[in-house]
Amino acid sequence: MTTLTTRESTEDPAVGVKKSGGFTASAANYIDERTSISGAVKELGRKIFPDHWSFLLGEVALYSFVIILLSGSFLTFFFQASMAEVVYEGSYAPLKGIPMSAAMSSTMDISFDIRGGLLMRQVHHWAALLFVAAIGLHMLRIYFTGAFRKPRELNWVIGFVLFILAMAEGFTGYSLPDDLLSGNGLRIIDGLIKGIPVVGTWVSFLLFGGEFPGTDIVGRLYSLHILLLPAIIVALIAMHLLFVVVHKHTQYPAAGHTNQNVVGYPVLPVYAAKAGGFFFIVFGVVMLIASFFTINPIWNYGPYDPSPVSAGTQPDWYIGFADGAMRLIPTGWEFVWLNHTYSLNILVVLIVVGLFIVTVMIYPFIEAWITGDKREHHVLDRPRNAPTRTAIGAAGVTFYASLWAAASSDIMATHFHLTMEGVIHTLQATTLLGPFLAFLITKRVCLALQKKDREIVLHGYESGRIVRLPGGEFVEVHQPVDEYERWKLVSYSDFKPLMLRPNAQGKIGATEKVRAGLSRWFFEDRITPVTQAELDHAHGDHPAEITDK
Amino acid sequence: MTTIKPPRARRARKAGRRHPLASVALIAIGLLFTGGAYAAFSTSTAIATTDASSQQTIAQGEKLFAANCATCHGLSAQGSSEGPSLIGVGAASVDFQVGTGRMPMQMQGPQAQKKPVQFTAEQTAALAAYVASLAPGPAIPAAELLDGAGDSANGAELFRINCAMCHNVAGAGGALTEGKFAPAIENVSAQHIYEAMITGPQNMPVFNDMNISPEDKRDIITYLKYVEDNPSPGGLALGSLGPVAEGLFIWIFGLGAIVALTVWITAKSN
Repeated sequence: MTTLTTRESTEDPAVGVKKSGGFTASAANYIDERTSISGAVKELGRKIFPDHWSFLLGEVALYSFVIILLSGSFLTFFFQASMAEVVYEGSYAPLKGIPMSAAMSSTMDISFDIRGGLLMRQVHHWAALLFVAAIGLHMLRIYFTGAFRKPRELNWVIGFVLFILAMAEGFTGYSLPDDLLSGNGLRIIDGLIKGIPVVGTWVSFLLFGGEFPGTDIVGRLYSLHILLLPAIIVALIAMHLLFVVVHKHTQYPAAGHTNQNVVGYPVLPVYAAKAGGFFFIVFGVVMLIASFFTINPIWNYGPYDPSPVSAGTQPDWYIGFADGAMRLIPTGWEFVWLNHTYSLNILVVLIVVGLFIVTVMIYPFIEAWITGDKREHHVLDRPRNAPTRTAIGAAGVTFYASLWAAASSDIMATHFHLTMEGVIHTLQATTLLGPFLAFLITKRVCLALQKKDREIVLHGYESGRIVRLPGGEFVEVHQPVDEYERWKLVSYSDFKPLMLRPNAQGKIGATEKVRAGLSRWFFEDRITPVTQAELDHAHGDHPAEITDK
Repeated sequence: MTTIKPPRARRARKAGRRHPLASVALIAIGLLFTGGAYAAFSTSTAIATTDASSQQTIAQGEKLFAANCATCHGLSAQGSSEGPSLIGVGAASVDFQVGTGRMPMQMQGPQAQKKPVQFTAEQTAALAAYVASLAPGPAIPAAELLDGAGDSANGAELFRINCAMCHNVAGAGGALTEGKFAPAIENVSAQHIYEAMITGPQNMPVFNDMNISPEDKRDIITYLKYVEDNPSPGGLALGSLGPVAEGLFIWIFGLGAIVALTVWITAKSN
């Protein structure tokens, strides 16, 4: 096939009669002859992607990452990852003559004495905040639509690991300038590590190369920040995207959307153009924000010195939940045993936050085990059609949001004229009770919405038009739902709690009992989708001239 | 005088005496003098009250004190269950508390709040003179310590070490326990900043001259005025509140804008 096209294209210019695409065609041909890439282009170019705004959130994360890579490369040209003491002699007057580390001094120079440096710093930092925020929103979309179900469980895990790595990237970056804020953040990490019994102090000394803060940490974090973590992230992003290609994209329930097809537009030319353009839009938004809004004004914070801590010292938003968790621990949670202090105030945070993270990471497997669902799913769930999952999600979001809000307890206290204690106690309550409340409310709301859908399918929309029948009876005309809409409303799978069945030995194991119990809890309240029989019956109920009108 | 005497010099008399506009001019001059003197007096009292500490000023201050402050602080400023003794707090303390509107206090609360000033500069000076006359205490600082022309780098470092833990590195304020707070220091006059340091109002500790020398205090004021006068090099400062404001901004406006754009991109064309 290639030889055939070659002959044609080499002949045509010689003849000079027919224009076969000119330079583009011959260049493409030149490349194809040497790489056989046309197969891949054909395959990828004809990939179909469904169109929905929420499917672009992952792309936002990817594009933010590209922006971070570009701006970060610029910053590496000028940043010195050294804690050697220098005296600042740059242009910012209130720090002139102050001794500081080379890291801080070079960051000051980037901000004030290198053309475009401050803009690039702000682009880098704002894009980092956007990166993690976009991942978070993307993850919520995946969760609430059930996109993590078979065959995509592993891709959920990869995505979640990417989320954790993004936070690690963010935190290492936050610590690099060696200003007051980053030093305070590292001090908290140091405290967390030292709170771990037996190994804590050893690990801390290993990490910091001696007593905190030492002179090694910035260099070490720099290696992680620009070398190791980005390499892993790039590799995982590649895997993440490869899986998307392999699994094909999911789609929302709608007429004609099944588990066997993907309804949408091909990559070439539609999505290549849309996605390419979207990259520039995201870049533009980040540039605008970075041009007009200050982020991390290190010149205010000054160089790190272990004695001062500024009011309003917080981590960047994505670490906020961990900071908040520590603020919520009541005072005095520690005890002394065998002449060693055990800091429950730190251990409880590490354990609770750790468990939360692991639970979210393995959630697809937990749900698959409970539901016993081994089918492939390419059509997404509407959140209301999986009430228990949606309710669990809402509970998780409430828990996370309470911890997150707690990180800004002092800002809330001053700006809303509250007492700090009042804010903390309220958030302690919402952290512990809020998830249960959110679970109950969300589940009921989902069930109610499902009932509404059922009602609409069976009886149509209330049109508000009252008709008097020949017999004198008044009825309201119901507008029947059209077929496309009905498809969306009835096409979801109906689950039933697992049946307890004895195994080969004729016994029912304890784990099976637990599983059956969880399954009952998961599916006990459910609204079954409308069946064809019900539909026929419902329509038979009414005089045809009224329902069809 | 001389113009009245000779009736002969009619021309001179006509020229020198009682021009039709003379009375108007006289009134205008008189008003100018009084107004000018008043303005000069009121501006000078804000800086130097030394000349205002005459017996007369003190007596006036005592009257104002009895009418406005004695309910809580006692008739002779000895204090009561409602308010502390003011004997020995000095003129600086009165100038700060009354001059920023914190006193007279509007209501009991975790701490006295800033509000529109209730007394004129003259009355404030009289009150300060009265309280200063009770016992020696910190005086109102001299003008050369308030010019904001010191070493801002030294001031910034001192500010970070001594003040930032409550007031935030950029002076944006911060929370304390039980509803108390450290206020934002933006748009506070140099004199009031200095007085706050030497008198320790509300929950603030006293930074006396042994602790932070007057020159160092001048440097701190220099730094604060630098921050106030120079806009943030990076653009809008988002209240200088740090990562919380930045996080809120990126979620609401950053991601909000992006989501709006994703909806636009995937919208079906009509």
